[in-house]
Amino acid sequence: MPAAYIPLLLFSLLVLTFPVVTLVVFKCIRPGSRGGPAKFQPYECGILPETSARGRYSARFYIIGMLFVVFEVETIFLFPWAILFRTWLAQHLAAFALSYMFVFLGILLVGYVWLYKKGALDLA
Amino acid sequence: MNPTLHSILAFVQTWWVELLCAVLIVLVVPLIAGYLALVERKVMADMPARLGPMRVGPPGLLQPIADALKLLIKEDSIPDNADRFIFWLAPVLSVTAALTSMGAVAFGPWFQAARDINIGLLFVVGVSSLGPIGIVLGGWASNNHYSIIGALRSTAQLISYETTAGFALVSGLLLAGTLNVRAIVEAQRTDHAWYIFLAPVGFSTYLIASIAETNRAPFDLPAAASELVAGYMTEYSGFRWSLYFLAEYANMIVVASVGTTLFLGGWLRPFPNVHWLGWLDAAPTLLLAAVGAYCVFRAGKQPARLQSLVMWAVAFSSFVVSAIFVFASPFSHLPLAKMHDGLYGAFWFLLKVSAYIYIFMWLRFALPRFRFEQLMRLGWHILIPLALVNVVGVAIALALHSEFSWNRWLATFFTTLATLGAAMMLLRWNDKYSAAAALLADSSIAEDLHAG
Repeated sequence: MPAAYIPLLLFSLLVLTFPVVTLVVFKCIRPGSRGGPAKFQPYECGILPETSARGRYSARFYIIGMLFVVFEVETIFLFPWAILFRTWLAQHLAAFALSYMFVFLGILLVGYVWLYKKGALDLA
Repeated sequence: MNPTLHSILAFVQTWWVELLCAVLIVLVVPLIAGYLALVERKVMADMPARLGPMRVGPPGLLQPIADALKLLIKEDSIPDNADRFIFWLAPVLSVTAALTSMGAVAFGPWFQAARDINIGLLFVVGVSSLGPIGIVLGGWASNNHYSIIGALRSTAQLISYETTAGFALVSGLLLAGTLNVRAIVEAQRTDHAWYIFLAPVGFSTYLIASIAETNRAPFDLPAAASELVAGYMTEYSGFRWSLYFLAEYANMIVVASVGTTLFLGGWLRPFPNVHWLGWLDAAPTLLLAAVGAYCVFRAGKQPARLQSLVMWAVAFSSFVVSAIFVFASPFSHLPLAKMHDGLYGAFWFLLKVSAYIYIFMWLRFALPRFRFEQLMRLGWHILIPLALVNVVGVAIALALHSEFSWNRWLATFFTTLATLGAAMMLLRWNDKYSAAAALLADSSIAEDLHAG
């Protein structure tokens, strides 16, 4: 029922206004920031930063990101199955309900074991 | 009458409880987050038998208010080479995601900002996983090496453990058969069991994953003070910093609420179907009255007049709430009795959420921090396969119960045993594998030295 989502929409707008309004209102009250150029350097424990921080970083994070997409999509496919599982059991479709997902999980498992052996899951 | 006005009035008449809850959540949750921080400091102090904050207000009770005022009027500095707009936007995003996901959580059978949405739990999980975007943007906008490393770590950690949390939730949803938050709790009433007992491994994996998802110790690597200053919030100060802080505490409440709803019976009292345990319904009244009596007892012993005054005030408010519970009991004939389910449900729900959050704090002060690659190994090598095996185990237990009419507890016992066996196997594999990997790493270090 779409009508039930309208309070939720209003709620999220209300939530969004809370930090924005507080930030803007208290900007007028609090003191402005003053200080020399040294104060507005990035804080890196007293050492002046030599380079911009937005440089290269480990490609491991990229692999983790890709793996996340695979497994999260997997979770999304599991949700409807989990919701319907007891309905199917009540209709005596247990063999169907189990095998349906076990094939899916089996395919995932093969991929997972391969990743494990390749060392894609190691960050060190 | 103006038709637009009329339709707005009709809308408010239908949804006034939800709208009231929405306003209450936005107003009260920041306050609760502040007080959670106070409780955390008190618990932190109590573990080595100290006192914690005692100066502001009687036993430190006004500390969160003082902190909030200080943070609101504190100077707010932005580094010169930061991206100003994204720097401004990131904490707002984080806190919005955390608070919005609270909209679908039902704090008792009456109090929910979005009643009857049938994807309740999916909404909570989905919206709260927008939080990492705020964190990674904040780290990137600061243009500070510590911030960006913290943001990367945080994202990697959050997305890894989100998968585990998702699988753990699936094991609970198998039992509940619905995503509607109210229906999940009612399913636990009709099943005569909280799902923590039917999916114990699922609850344990969810607990671990939820600690990692909220960046709490022992998984607080994104803001590890001894390594990264403050991680992604190094450059943040004043109210922006407190927005991140609020997001963290709101996230704690959200994950605790989801865990409570799905595994700990939501707003049901312990043993909701056992009639001779009906006296448990008196627990809210008695507990609050006991708190009030304790405050009265301690009030005379406070050294300062103000302290004893506040103790009296706390005692008085506990007695008032306790009286509300009495008037809302089914034996009274006041109109408040109509609120019985809502009030008593909210009490049990909040009690369980508090217990869950207390476990978070306890673990923070009891365990040392993980190293980052240990954390990722725990997530990807052990928890994800374990949570998957557990999904299969719970499904098989349900099938054994319905197809072969096994006893439900017997089936759960055997499948849990099998799941734990699988966990042992995973641990042994992991040990063997990491020993081999360490050998390999050693040889590659030698090669590097040779090459360099």
